[in-house]
Formats: sequence, C-alpha cells, structure tokens
Amino acid sequence: MDWKNLLTISLGAILVNNFILVQFLGCCPFLGVSKKMDTAVGMGFAVIFVMGLASALCYPVNLLLEALDMEFMQTVTFILVIAALVQFVEMFLQKTIPSLYEALGVYLPLITTNCAVLGVVLLNVQEHYNFIESVVYGVTGGVGFLLAIVLFASIRERIALVSEPPKCFEGFPIALITAGLMALAFGGFSGLDIWR
Amino acid sequence: MTVNPMTILYAVLTLGVLGGGFGAILAVASKIFAVEKDPRIEEIQGILPGANCGGCGFAGCSACAESIVSGAAPVNACPVCSGEQTTAIAAIMGVEVAPAERRVAFVRCNGGTRSNKKYDYIGLMDCQAAVKIAGNGPLDCAFGCLGFGSCVAACAFDAIHINAGGVAEVDRDKCTLCRRCMDVCPRHLITDVPYAADVVVRCASQDKGAVARNNCAASCIGCKLCEKNCPQDAIHVIDNVAVIDYTKCTSCGVCVEKCPRKVLLDIHEDGKVAPVAKAGA
Repeated sequence: MDWKNLLTISLGAILVNNFILVQFLGCCPFLGVSKKMDTAVGMGFAVIFVMGLASALCYPVNLLLEALDMEFMQTVTFILVIAALVQFVEMFLQKTIPSLYEALGVYLPLITTNCAVLGVVLLNVQEHYNFIESVVYGVTGGVGFLLAIVLFASIRERIALVSEPPKCFEGFPIALITAGLMALAFGGFSGLDIWR
Repeated sequence: MTVNPMTILYAVLTLGVLGGGFGAILAVASKIFAVEKDPRIEEIQGILPGANCGGCGFAGCSACAESIVSGAAPVNACPVCSGEQTTAIAAIMGVEVAPAERRVAFVRCNGGTRSNKKYDYIGLMDCQAAVKIAGNGPLDCAFGCLGFGSCVAACAFDAIHINAGGVAEVDRDKCTLCRRCMDVCPRHLITDVPYAADVVVRCASQDKGAVARNNCAASCIGCKLCEKNCPQDAIHVIDNVAVIDYTKCTSCGVCVEKCPRKVLLDIHEDGKVAPVAKAGA
C-alpha cells in the first residue's frame, strides 16, 4: 500500500477538496448546527463516524452492482444502504455505548439525509478507489467536515458575542457571508501540490 | 433506445433483496439491541393530561414523566393532574402522596363595565396591546381587568371567559391551574385560590380609598370593615386591598355581609358556582 497515495487522498479530502467549503456538500448541517461549538463538534464526529462506515459498507455493495452490470442503480442503492446503516448504528450504540449515543444525540439520525455522506460514496466510485482508499477518503472527508464546521462555529460564536453587524445582516446573512469568505480562503489550498 | 426487460427485473430484484435484507437485519437488531426503557415512563405518560402545557416546568408531558421516574421531579409535579391522577402516578412510583389541595385560578377584579374609562379603545383586542397605549390602557383603574381576553386565548382548557360584566371569569371545574393565564395577564390580576374557597376578594386595586372609589364602582376602598369584623382574623387589608388568608378562613360570611362595596363575595350566593363538598378534597 502506497502511504503517499493515502496521504494525498487525506490531505485532499481535508483541505484541497474540503467537502463543505470546496465541494459544497453537506451545507445543511454546516449552517444548521454551527451556532454553538459543542453541537458543531458533536456533529463533526458523528459525520466522521458515519462517512467512514458508509464508505466501507458501500464498497462491497458497489462491487455487487458492478458484477450485475447495474451501475445506474448506485445512487438509490447507496441511499438505502446509508439509511439502513445509520439506523443500525444508532441501535447498536444505544445498547453498547450509551455515552457515545448520548453525545451524538440527534445528529446521528440527521446524518441519514446528509448529502456529504452520499457524496463520499459516489465519489469513491467515481475515483475508482479501492477498499482502503475508500475508507481513508471517507474518514478524512469527515475530518475535513469537522474542521470546517468547528472553524465556522467559532467564528459564528464570536460574531454573536462581540461584533455588531448591521441589523439586516444579523443571523443567517452574516453567517452565509462568513461561509463564503471561508470557502474563498479554502480555495487557496487548491495550489497544494507537494507529492508530485 | 430499448431497455431489456430483464434489466428492469434485475434492478427491482437487487433493490428488493437489499431492502428486504436490511429490513430483516434491522428487525433482528432491534430485538438484540433493544434498550429496556423504564415501562413506568410510558405508564405515567398515559396518566398525564397530554396537553403539553408546560405548567410543570418541563418541556412537555413526556419530559415530565421521565423526570418523575428518574426522581428529578416529585410525583405530584403535574399541576394539572387531579388528586386521582396524582395518586395513580404515586402508586406507579410506589410512594404515597398526600392529596394536594386543588387550587384554581381566580381573577381579582369585578370592575369591567363598572369601571370608569379614560377613552374608548378601538385598537387590537388584546390586553397586552391595550396596556401599551398611553395612559396604561383605557380604564381609569390601573388594576382593572381590561376584558380583551388575552387570558381566554391563552387557556388550553376553555376554562376562562369574559363574563357579561366585561371581566374575565374562571370556570373552576375546568381550571387546571396551568398558570398560562397568569403569565399573559399584563395586570397580574389572576392568582390562585383553593377550589373550595367560598369567599373571594374581587378587586386588586392598590389605590387609596378615594381614588379607588372614583375609578370604579366595584373597587375595594380599603375601609377595613372586613378586617375588623372577621372572627377568625383571616382577612387583612394589605396595600389598600383586602386579602384573605385561606388557611384561617371558615367561610362564615361575616365579611361578605359587612363589605360596603360588595367586593367580597360568597361565590355560592351569586348562584354561579354550586357548593362543593369540603370533606376530603
């Protein structure tokens, strides 16, 4: 296994092709649960968890679809797999690790419909990643999500506390402008090209 | 473009098998990983009124039930529940509770149309809106019921209505003391009295006698006749208005007879409320 390749995938998923700020996937929770730092962190870890698992599980499912020559069924099948997976994980955690279940709380079921999770499995297929690469891409994609949402939440907390935006910009408008500026800043990583 | 019918069949089969498989796995998992929730939570929730009024201070009836089971709340946390329901909850929790005396909301005003008005108010028919108008609302009396029915709108139990005199009046049998009306009344006229209370003070005016008399024909002027005549020392004039101590009051009715302003009222004489059996609440 080429560790350089994995590192490139990781760096790409976290910074260069950050799921939220560059690929604009998973914007709903990014705006929805970023008002407070602790909820943002909870959501971030839940996303890492589910994206990694979904990547792992969807890899064999995709092999099956390819064997049956039915790649056109990928999207709907992956949605089914992710929904079932999240339900199962929720039950499993509630029984075995109640503390983690409590910590993730409502964010776990919310992720069922998160487009970043569906996005990561579809991208895995598109990029022809093997199993290990898929899982690494899924987990690091989640890490990128965590990074973005934590940065965003800290900025939003600060905006709410100390800055006084004009009345018409309060709340979501200033949050959207902030997100746009962050996306611009992350655009700067697109020149990151150290392994070639 | 032609589609091979077999492709459609395979697609349906694949998705069907996958879906069925996941369904079966989840069904099995829900049995294996079933978390035993305390059955008492559901039982208590069945007893609670289910109005989610928030009178207990929790987010709703289910949150209240969870708190009762976890011990964070007493078994009689629900202010809406009657004695029987509280006893049933106590039985589920295996404790005994002394049946709490039932209390109901009461509007401390009988002015309404008998109160003098500064002007005719034709704005939004809402007490909160009316008191924001210059002069603190249309009534001369700053302690009078405005009669626009903010409390009526707030009541989830249809237990408070504006009566013919233009004053909000509580239906004691329907009132559950959820206190929503108390929260919305901008003049804080609504307090709680025992369900069995016979004698009530229908005024909250803290104005001095002469002022109160000029403002309203149905005002307590703080003359203290009731206080002087009460054999039980149960009624006192505090801040220019009579207040009854229901722990001492025996409903003898002396104060009702003596009150020159007919502010004190034996509710049963009014014919509105049937007498209640007092033995064992």
